[in-house]
Amino acid sequence: MELTWESLAFLIFSVLSLGGGLAVVTLRNLFHSALMLMLSLFGTAGLFVLLVAPFLAAVQVLVYIGAIAILILFAIMLTRTIMGVQTTYNSQWIGSAIAALLVFGLLLLTFTPLGDDVFDEQLSANLEEDPVDDVDYVTVEEIGIAFSTRAGFVLPFEIVSLLLTAALIGAIVVAREDEA
Amino acid sequence: MVPLWMYLFVSAALFSIGIFGVLSRRNAIAVIMSIELMLNAANINLVAFWRYLNPAEINGQVFAAFVFAVAAAEAAVGLALILSIYRNRQTVIVEDVNILKW
Amino acid sequence: MDFNWLDVNFLPWLIPVPPLISFALIILFTGRYKITSAVIAVIAVGLSFLMSMGVFFHTAFGTEDLGVTAGKAIYGDNITWMSLGFQEFKMGVMVDPLTAAMLFMVPIAILMIFVYSVGYMRAYPVDDPHQIRYARFFSYLSLFAGGMLTLVVSDNLLLLFIGWEIMGLCSYLLIGFLFEKKSSYQAGIKAFMTTRVADVLMLVGIGYLFVETGTLNFHEILNNSAVLERLGDADQTGFIGLSAAAIIGAFLVIGTVGKSAQFPLHGWLPDAMQGPTPVSAMIHAAAMVSAGVFMVVRMYPLLEAGGNPHHAEYTLPLIMMGLLGSITALGAAVLGVGQNDIKRVLAYSTISQLGFMVAALGIGAYVAAAFHLITHAFFKALLFMCSGAVIHAMEHGEHHLHAEGKHVEHREEPGEATPYGTDHIGRFGEAPTTEEWKPLAPQGITPDFVAVPNDMRLMGGLWHRIPITSITMLIGVLSLSGFPLVTAGFWSKDEILADSLLWITDPDAFSDAGNVAWLHIIVFLSLFTAAIFTAFYSLRMWILTFLGEPRSEIARFATLMHEHHEDHEHHHEEVVEETHAVVPHEGEAHEDSEEDVITMEDVRHWWSVYSNSALMQGPLVILAFFAITAGWVGIHPDFWVLEWITGGNNFIKNFLSKGLVHKPESPPLHILPVLASFTAFFVGAGLAYFIYTVPRDEEKDPVERAIGDGAWNALGNRFFLDTLFLRLFYVPFEWFGRKVAYLAIDKETIDETLHSIADAFVFVGETFKRFNRVVIDGVGDGIPMLLWGTGRWFRNLQSGRIQQYLLFSALMLLAIGTFFLLQLF
Repeated sequence: MELTWESLAFLIFSVLSLGGGLAVVTLRNLFHSALMLMLSLFGTAGLFVLLVAPFLAAVQVLVYIGAIAILILFAIMLTRTIMGVQTTYNSQWIGSAIAALLVFGLLLLTFTPLGDDVFDEQLSANLEEDPVDDVDYVTVEEIGIAFSTRAGFVLPFEIVSLLLTAALIGAIVVAREDEA
Repeated sequence: MVPLWMYLFVSAALFSIGIFGVLSRRNAIAVIMSIELMLNAANINLVAFWRYLNPAEINGQVFAAFVFAVAAAEAAVGLALILSIYRNRQTVIVEDVNILKW
Repeated sequence: MDFNWLDVNFLPWLIPVPPLISFALIILFTGRYKITSAVIAVIAVGLSFLMSMGVFFHTAFGTEDLGVTAGKAIYGDNITWMSLGFQEFKMGVMVDPLTAAMLFMVPIAILMIFVYSVGYMRAYPVDDPHQIRYARFFSYLSLFAGGMLTLVVSDNLLLLFIGWEIMGLCSYLLIGFLFEKKSSYQAGIKAFMTTRVADVLMLVGIGYLFVETGTLNFHEILNNSAVLERLGDADQTGFIGLSAAAIIGAFLVIGTVGKSAQFPLHGWLPDAMQGPTPVSAMIHAAAMVSAGVFMVVRMYPLLEAGGNPHHAEYTLPLIMMGLLGSITALGAAVLGVGQNDIKRVLAYSTISQLGFMVAALGIGAYVAAAFHLITHAFFKALLFMCSGAVIHAMEHGEHHLHAEGKHVEHREEPGEATPYGTDHIGRFGEAPTTEEWKPLAPQGITPDFVAVPNDMRLMGGLWHRIPITSITMLIGVLSLSGFPLVTAGFWSKDEILADSLLWITDPDAFSDAGNVAWLHIIVFLSLFTAAIFTAFYSLRMWILTFLGEPRSEIARFATLMHEHHEDHEHHHEEVVEETHAVVPHEGEAHEDSEEDVITMEDVRHWWSVYSNSALMQGPLVILAFFAITAGWVGIHPDFWVLEWITGGNNFIKNFLSKGLVHKPESPPLHILPVLASFTAFFVGAGLAYFIYTVPRDEEKDPVERAIGDGAWNALGNRFFLDTLFLRLFYVPFEWFGRKVAYLAIDKETIDETLHSIADAFVFVGETFKRFNRVVIDGVGDGIPMLLWGTGRWFRNLQSGRIQQYLLFSALMLLAIGTFFLLQLF
């Protein structure tokens, strides 16, 4: 692939995302981990922009970095007393690493041209394809309409709203201090 | 242009990192963070496929948005559980919470 | 639904509710507090009373034209209770003229009974079961009242049946209320079982009715000529030559026979006297037995469907009612003569009067039966409560004697065998042992045991001790025996007799149809005779109780006032001084306070002395009022001199017949029934007066002397009917059970066969056992051991560590993914 601004951006965001992810699982200090998680999420948001999904990128920043990551930070601080005295990994970390690598390998075989070489067969022509260039940006308005019309996704949207409400109430119930 | 498989590669790598984190980290909050990574990987997949294979439809983006909602719900409940466990058992170490057995 | 609480359509819903709430409150919360419980119960019944009165007056004197022909049939309201396929079953309430009339009678009687109970139960000593279970008594009584009111306001047979069964349960609980006494709980069981037999058959009838019509709503069945005609036509419905109406009616009549204690299921009612006296009043007047008659009165259009008693076309249910009612009325009236227990006299009079009503219905005297039902409830409640007061007075006398160390001399040996087992003179003995449970072989040669305070032979002269009670009881007695022109009982009984003489007074109707009014004749003859006996035994009871000289020490000291132990000695000496002299008034204990200044202590003393007396006798006065006036609404419109009072308007007849499709024909005024009523009263009462007011030396009852020991014993033993039933049903079944089923079949035939078979199997079993031990146990024990070991090893997998589980899942996922990937190529 030739080096264009786009591919350069992809490279940067990929590195941000993957490096951040790796840091999340390897850093000993949980607080640092959480910061790295933000970084990784930011990289993913950049990927979304490259994929012409600005709405999702914005949501990624707002919801993930703005809410969930902050939530995690709070959780870390609330449970901080034993934060520093633990070893990072449990006893099965080697097995875990092997399993993760195996999964990675399986996915590579399935999704990338590497698999074509290994199995000597073209799985899908689409993988090498460039995207359709003349795609319209999906505006927030269109997504809003899709979420709120019957022809679109109003029912799943409502169900997800319900799920969120239930989750929030459940979280409050689970986490609140017992009176007794 | 960046071909589709590269996005899939990033997604797969992120997913595997997440799996590793979930399986190996001792701190429950780290496990939650790893799960968030996995969900992100899935989202990258969804959006990439939408962009490359079927950009005319809006489904891919909507699906990703739903994944956000589920992730938020998961994080809220998961963290609440962790706080509750921490309050009751003074630990966030996953291995210490092992009463679900014979 | 429009919740207008004062709407007459809605109010009937609420009428049964307060007593039911009161039941729940007392049984759940206030069981420990006597006064609170009693107050709750009385207030609840009072609420029901007020609502009922509202409904009654609205119905009876409201401006709206009520009645089937007026288009607006009834007040009422209903809700869908359940959906049965294509149709809905509706539960609801309704008020038609009959309901309204019952809503006048029932709450008054119940309220009076409740108030009376407060005093009655309190008057017992503290350690008496009456006092120990004081609150429970009121809860049961409330449930009883709730059941009765439910039954009255219901608009369908099923709800009526629910109320009916609630009362059945309550009668069991209340008759057996003093369950320390063996005879008491036996009586409770007897009442429950007897009515149950009838209720089951009644339920069959209800089911059949539902199958035929698809509804149980009174209005839809009884005010619907088309339905009634179809049911009454043997060609269209029913089987074995009977119409559906006849079969259903017969079953319903059987239900009434059980509930209202008609022959041959009447046996439980005299025994029901074992309950506390307010319960007797409740069962005999306001609730239980009235419910049975009420039900047949309510269902009357169905019972006569396909026939017309006024033309001597009798249907099966009518014949049943006519015959059974006649037999009951006459038989019970005769039995009433031979009783020495004051309550048992009343019990037989109840049975007899119910027989009057049932027989009246049998000849189509719908209005007369309903009318008599209402008047009877008033004077019978009055009579029972009076008898309760008498018994209380006697018990006080008994306690008084006991306190002095004297013993009551009783003329009969205690512990005599009756057909129901042995009763003890000790009122509340120890718990029965299993041996006592054994039913005794029928002996039944001696009269039923009579408890001391109930024994009329020990009374006499109570007129001076409890004057209010004696006067009110005289009113009740006169009403029961039909004192002409004044009392309620006269008018209602006269109406029944007038209806039964229809074949003479209105021969045109009968000659038109060309039938002989044989049932009318039977009913008239038996009821006329029964009326004579009624007058005789009721006057006998009153004279024996209140007139003459006291025949025992107990009667001499009988009082309704509460005696204090502190001033007991003093009081006693005072009485002893006066010995035979008549104690002038109840106020004697009050004369102790010589100062005019009334202190708090005086008030408290006065209350403790007079409260029970007032609580018990107040209701008597009110009921006595109704026992006279309740009959005036049913005076024949053309009655000679009284015409100017009635204004030519028979209120009760006009009112009640509004609810019927076929208006009952009014019997024309005739001298004959009036003459019959006059004759019956004066013959019976006159005989009683001349026989019993004459002082006598012999201990024997004059009637006993006249008819001989054998016949007297027969009276005392209910004509040996219970003994007969015992011999007829119990003894053969027991013989069959013991000799045939147990010894011949069970022991010799079945057991022997079984033993041989068992021996064979034992041999086979032994063989198998040996095989078992060697082969099967080896394998059988080996496999579990293997499994156990494997299980133990596998158990380690389950460490409780979630990440380990997840790792396994991931590996499994990998394996599955690889498998699919390989399949792809």
